[in-house]
Amino acid sequence: MIKGYQRMKDRKDLPILRVENLSVAYATRKGEVPAVRDVSFEVRRGETFGMVGESGCGKSTVAFSIVNFLGPNGRIKAGRIFFQGQDLVGRSERELRHLRGNRIAMVYQDPMQALNPSLRIGEQMAEVLIVHQGLKRAEAEERCIQMLERVYMPDPANVMRRYPHQLSGGQQQRVVIAMALLNDPALLIMDEPTTALDVTVEAAVLDLIAGLQEDFDTAILYISHNLGVIARVSDQVGVMYAGQLVERAPVTDLFLKPLHPYTQGLLRCVPRLGQDKLSSYLLPIRGQVPSPAALPSGCIFEPRCDFARPECRHGMPEYRQVADGHWVRCYFAEEVAGAGYQPPKELVAEMLATARKEREPVLRIERLKTYYEAPSPKLFDRRKRYVRAVDDVSLEAYKGLTLGIVGESGCGKSTLARTIIGLERPTDGKLEFMGFDIRKPVSKRDLEIIKNMQMVFQNPDSTLNPAFSVGRQIARPLELFKVVPKDQIRGEVIRLLELMKLGPNYYDRLPRQLSGGEKQRVGIARALAGRPELVLCDEPVSALDVSVQAAVLNLLLEIQHKLGTTLIFIAHDLSVVRFLSDYIAVMYLGKVMEFGTAEQIYAPPYHPYTEALLSAVPIPDPRAEQKHVRLEGTVPSALNPPAGCRFHTRCPRKLGPICEQEEPPWQDAGNGHRIYCHIPLEELRKVEPVITLHTDNAIKVR
Amino acid sequence: MTVSEEVFPSAKPSFLERLRDSLLILWGSKTAMVGLTMVMFWIVVALLAPWVTKYSPTEQDWQAQNQGPSAQHWLGTDDAGRDIWSRLVYGARVILIQTPVTDKFSLPIGVAVWGVLLGLVVGSTLGLVGGYLGGWIDEIIMRLLDAMMAFPVILLYMIIIAAVGPSAINVVLAIAIVGTPGIARLVRSLTLDIRTREYIRAAEVRGEKLWYILFVEILPNASGPILIDAMLRLGYAIFAMGTLGFLGLGLPPPSPDWGSMVAKGRRFILAGSPWAALWPAVAIASLVVGLNLLADGLREETQRYR
Repeated sequence: MIKGYQRMKDRKDLPILRVENLSVAYATRKGEVPAVRDVSFEVRRGETFGMVGESGCGKSTVAFSIVNFLGPNGRIKAGRIFFQGQDLVGRSERELRHLRGNRIAMVYQDPMQALNPSLRIGEQMAEVLIVHQGLKRAEAEERCIQMLERVYMPDPANVMRRYPHQLSGGQQQRVVIAMALLNDPALLIMDEPTTALDVTVEAAVLDLIAGLQEDFDTAILYISHNLGVIARVSDQVGVMYAGQLVERAPVTDLFLKPLHPYTQGLLRCVPRLGQDKLSSYLLPIRGQVPSPAALPSGCIFEPRCDFARPECRHGMPEYRQVADGHWVRCYFAEEVAGAGYQPPKELVAEMLATARKEREPVLRIERLKTYYEAPSPKLFDRRKRYVRAVDDVSLEAYKGLTLGIVGESGCGKSTLARTIIGLERPTDGKLEFMGFDIRKPVSKRDLEIIKNMQMVFQNPDSTLNPAFSVGRQIARPLELFKVVPKDQIRGEVIRLLELMKLGPNYYDRLPRQLSGGEKQRVGIARALAGRPELVLCDEPVSALDVSVQAAVLNLLLEIQHKLGTTLIFIAHDLSVVRFLSDYIAVMYLGKVMEFGTAEQIYAPPYHPYTEALLSAVPIPDPRAEQKHVRLEGTVPSALNPPAGCRFHTRCPRKLGPICEQEEPPWQDAGNGHRIYCHIPLEELRKVEPVITLHTDNAIKVR
Repeated sequence: MTVSEEVFPSAKPSFLERLRDSLLILWGSKTAMVGLTMVMFWIVVALLAPWVTKYSPTEQDWQAQNQGPSAQHWLGTDDAGRDIWSRLVYGARVILIQTPVTDKFSLPIGVAVWGVLLGLVVGSTLGLVGGYLGGWIDEIIMRLLDAMMAFPVILLYMIIIAAVGPSAINVVLAIAIVGTPGIARLVRSLTLDIRTREYIRAAEVRGEKLWYILFVEILPNASGPILIDAMLRLGYAIFAMGTLGFLGLGLPPPSPDWGSMVAKGRRFILAGSPWAALWPAVAIASLVVGLNLLADGLREETQRYR
């Protein structure tokens, strides 16, 4: 129906996009800063090229230079970009428009910024066709509906009449993708299109993207920081580091036989669902990404590389083909591949030295409810409406162990944390900490309770007060809780900094002089300063890059071993939660759906929601087998949650009317494993495991 | 997980380094430099008043009335034969350097500066409290300030001075009262943003007192925009002093007051001696424009750094 008339003319073997030795620099006050150096790759028709790298590695700059959106201070220094055989570099805006036409489309991270909030979906989509292809409105709308159907949008005719804010995030992103496909682009550039989405929604969008090449025969350049996502959608993968493409290979080769030390390091940083707390230690890459203004003269990875030799410091290694289609920028790629990495012994010993302790509850939550008053939609309606953010939650946190709380956004996990710490007032229920009732807000709690319960926050950029030095911010709780005498405060701060693997020279630094991971460590040090019994961590690593994330996660584990601190770890990432937690609670729409030890949660019997979550997690291993369970619809509003089981509106295993009418019972699956579901346990036990990993990975650590 | 081995020098900037950094920011903006030069001119001249002129501002010379610029009187004389340059310089002293309280006693720092400082203290406190606590406290504070803002500024000045009588201290109070609502609004909007940051949650979670959160956690992070706003406000205050002086509500005569100098000199413009009105008008304009340029330049430059 959509004719690839242009495409017919192209020769089959010609890559849609070929980037040759691309170098891009940005002009700044301190002079010109190289953002991308000598990058070469190509994307063929019907192929997805996944570009992966940590923040600031230049992957978005590559995308922007293809569409010439580098901004006033960005400039292509060298190299060529061939699109369908034509060089795009150095052409005027008009020539570019002619060459590209509407054959390159781009999808960004935030769908709300790509859609005009004041136009109906139908109007904005039809406009694309009316302007670019001169179609009549009726015809254009017809085509739009067909396109929405092709991106598996439920009820497309209805969606056409809605405004963007009336759609969920996943639906918005589908609309953006459909819009990008309307002109039948030869090249589709996607820059982190699923990063802002919840894991179950992300899974559905990724399914769609993975199916695009088959349906549309488009070349896709897919940019992401998430190795799991890249493994799921890509055919070819390129790994970017500090502005260079360090390795490029077909997806299975890259994940199973990585040749560059950086790629290997990255893969070792990612927590996997197959691992648990006692059997694994993530291996972060030491040091940090060099700033583009001060790049090392030799191999850019040399300062952080475990295989580095003196030769590596002299001259940038060539980008060379090692095996068929496997390119790498390393002098010793062949040796690196064969060497196999041995983790430092002391790390392993430290991790194995711990044994499970007695279960001694520190925090007891019983039938806790936290409701927010919602503004009434009517001016004169006096009836109050409530957002039931946390609705009847019972949990326990045990001394020295980690309680993980997972769920998608809006499930109430953050409200639960805020209620425990005393920033929200509970509406009903019991809340006991170390035997004391703590239903009071934090300002009315005893100093002793405040001191023993501290929190680590999510956003590294706002967790520290930008006005004060690191030392002062860690010293403040010491002073407030009188942990040590006044004259020893400085020494104690330095001890804490060292516990965080930060040197004493960090004492006088300001937050803006720290990297994201360092800020997060200071935030942890601040929380630990009062030697608390319980630390609540609200998504402490979700804003960090994988290599940094690994270091922070390890640090949390290590601290727990050393100090015996109880942790409540809140996250949306199931692999991270699995890595860190002893006990896990899965939350959905204000209620706990399943509770048990980490092993119990990640193996059958599953709650149907847990099953869906697990099958949605992107796994950085192209050979992993994962069941395909996708949730329909969107999370209902917490203002008016569904009767009966809250999950029944989306449950793929719904039994029938009983799920809609009756609240499910708590079924005990043994050893404290509780499942909140009507389906009999025997049936849930029959479900097969969601994820099967093949454990003979080439990069397996132990 | 080895710590990077690089050895960083102690990162705490000394006072001199910080001064140098701020000067560098200023140096980067031509607008700010021009403004700074104009403002510094008046500050230096006012500081050194006894040394830059040989006349007293009240010394009358009935032999030399309404003269134009000459070697004796650089900018000429007014209708009472007083040296205009000397009156300008001592007028600047009142605005910027010292506030006369009684004949014998005067406070350091000028009338306009005191007025703005007082407005800053009251306005910031109200803005911080309203913005951070929210709810009905915020509602009451902001509605009262809105009511004050509903009056035209000149009218408000005149009402206040007419009620309490013209004196240096009362002008300070008038400037502070008129400036408070605007400052409170600005600080409140900054607070509304800053209070959502996680470091404020961290402070709450460790049980900090209200005053600590307001003045130690929030205020330092709002100081940049407040400082720039204060410079603009200083300009408005000088303008207001000129207006009040012109209307005869400023400092009581014969103290040197730029506004009343314009008012007196105005009668002789058509009589062929415009100098007595022209020079104080130029003085007001240059100081106000200088402060505006400085504030604009600083704002541009700090935003570009972000």
